[in-house]
Amino acid sequence: MGNPCAVIGVGQTEYRTRRLDVSMAGLLREAARRALQDAGLDWDDIDAVVVGKAPDLFEGVMMPEAYLADALGARGKPMMRVHTAGSVGGSTAIVAAGLVQSGLHERVLTVAWEKQSESNATWALTVNSPHNTSLVVGAGGYFAPHIRAYIARSGAPAHIGTLVAVKDRQNALKNPYAHLKIPGISREMVEATPMLWEPIRYLETCPSSDGACAMVLASEDAARRAPNPPAWVLGTSMRSEPIFFAGRDTVLPQGGRDAAADVYRQAGITDPRRELDCAEVYVPFSWYEPMWLENLGFCGAGEGWKLTEAGATALDGDIPWNPSGGVLSSNPIGASGMIRFAEAALQVRGMAGEHQVEGARRALGHAYGGGAQFFAMWIVGSDKP
Amino acid sequence: MTREIAVVAFVQTRHRTREDGLSEVEMLAPVITEIKERTGVNRFGFTCSGSCDYLAGTPFAFVQALDAVGAWPPISESHVEMDAAWALYEAYVRLLHDDIDTALVYGFGKPSQGDFREVMTQQLDPYYLAPLGPDQVSLAALQARAHMERAGAKEDDLRAVAARARAAGRDNPFALHLDDPAPDEDYEVAPLRPYDIAPTTDGAAAIVLAAGDKARELCERPAWITGIDHRADAHGLGARDLSRSESTRVAGERAGARGVEVAELHAQFTHEELILREALGLGDDVTVNPSGGAMTANTVMAAGLVRIGEAAARIHDGTAGKVLGHASSGPCLQQNLVCVMEGEPRG
Repeated sequence: MGNPCAVIGVGQTEYRTRRLDVSMAGLLREAARRALQDAGLDWDDIDAVVVGKAPDLFEGVMMPEAYLADALGARGKPMMRVHTAGSVGGSTAIVAAGLVQSGLHERVLTVAWEKQSESNATWALTVNSPHNTSLVVGAGGYFAPHIRAYIARSGAPAHIGTLVAVKDRQNALKNPYAHLKIPGISREMVEATPMLWEPIRYLETCPSSDGACAMVLASEDAARRAPNPPAWVLGTSMRSEPIFFAGRDTVLPQGGRDAAADVYRQAGITDPRRELDCAEVYVPFSWYEPMWLENLGFCGAGEGWKLTEAGATALDGDIPWNPSGGVLSSNPIGASGMIRFAEAALQVRGMAGEHQVEGARRALGHAYGGGAQFFAMWIVGSDKP
Repeated sequence: MTREIAVVAFVQTRHRTREDGLSEVEMLAPVITEIKERTGVNRFGFTCSGSCDYLAGTPFAFVQALDAVGAWPPISESHVEMDAAWALYEAYVRLLHDDIDTALVYGFGKPSQGDFREVMTQQLDPYYLAPLGPDQVSLAALQARAHMERAGAKEDDLRAVAARARAAGRDNPFALHLDDPAPDEDYEVAPLRPYDIAPTTDGAAAIVLAAGDKARELCERPAWITGIDHRADAHGLGARDLSRSESTRVAGERAGARGVEVAELHAQFTHEELILREALGLGDDVTVNPSGGAMTANTVMAAGLVRIGEAAARIHDGTAGKVLGHASSGPCLQQNLVCVMEGEPRG
């Protein structure tokens, strides 16, 4: 783990379908400035910049960190760019934390983003085009069979995905940055939407959003001087596994289980459901909540849907998941993982506003990507380790 | 936090102008196999790679490469969409934590799949610059002109750089073997002639990093990283002095470049070597690019990593005591990384 590292600043943009009022640089700068303001710092106080986003084809700018160096105050500083597919927002935060934990830097700015309105994400995610015919369309086409396998394996009733879709959208109504705000969201409303990829309905999927999320990470000394409470990084982990091979369990991926075990060990957690106060987990399709409840060890295999059905993951449940509204409510893909990490930090700093989980002291941030093969997680806490 | 970390193994492909018939993964797989065999290590504490989706024109180039690495059981792994020299930096930082002692770093690229000069245009500011369509070589020509006007370098000086690089490259079995530059070649984009421009190259490379005693166990004479730093300049070409590389100067100072015997510079144009030499304060006593450098093996997304590997190889074989590997990213040397390695760890 190395030296202590804390989140002392968080900044987000409003997440929307289209941010035509800002360029990509303007979008990132909006988030970065808010993070600096939260940290009580200016651009000159930052020692290094780490940025992350999902594939460059989303906006059509190759290696955009070069263009963004000026807007992010990176002139004369180390700047690097992380790309680990959908988990990238989490991985980027972990790489930035490493720069503090290793003792190299005092204050690191990290920013993740996507401006999806400048492209067509479903086309970009239809992998193998233009070289081969693709058998799946978009991420939903890829994940739907995994969800069907989960339902078949666990015997979950068909309405579980709908419950998650409603719960996360209800939470989003309390989050000023959330993209989808659907007053009066209900099961009937979700069930009335078209089936996109059996069994995923329109309102059981994430939106395409423009948005950016930024954090300022700091050493112990720098954290002590911060104006607002810090969130201490108690553990970080990344795991990857190959996308295709016979026997890979895409419903309960080993990489996710290993990363969870690693991050719990670092944070001294043996029973995540009891010892964590809330979790921000990457749920882009509603059925991933019960699947990840099992993958992350909150319950045994086949039990996840029962926790969801019993309301355990609701804002007033014993283990609130995605109090911010989650990926189902805002999905600027490259930023989505960092938003999970940042929202976990806001919770333990007591700065989550209306969607604050009362008394939250330890929280999990989680991201996954690729063919459910890349995982990034961290646990943050109110108390210094 | 201080920990002794070294380059203990380096493997590269025989770089080719056009690797017909092989996919990126097929180029990479033998390199990964060889570095595992050479070190006897099959599982690494951390793995990090560099590549660029725009070379294949399809997202997630690194995902398929993971299959070549053998990521089962799941591994701790990350990726930078930059030259793999930055993947090496990420792995170096990860190794500073004392819970792991080895890291695998690799990079690969197959620029022959597209028109590389045009592809690189997509790297520019998407609102103001890219729509104008300036290609990589035209921008480099601006920088060459700026440098020549300030420093007084002549076109003959540029050709001398190309001649030395090509002569060295012909002694390197992994590089392209190119003829001496012909003085009567027409301009590509004045003042640059074809021989002033690195040939884009298909290929892959891998490095293993190890810490402390593990490094000594894996390598008879590890190349200890005694300094590594990287810096960015402004993107806007009018917002910086194109005739110099300020980011290289700062990175070189912070990495401790003074006193190196050998420097492997990621110069993709002859004038870039002159700018980098000046920024790093390399005198005539420093051997520059004994491998031929990127002018004979510009394996896109791995060329910077290859420079670190080539420099480390001079420590491994005992022919040098202090060396430097350099990598660059962005238009006109916008971002630069300097890695200084020595035969003895800094005590």
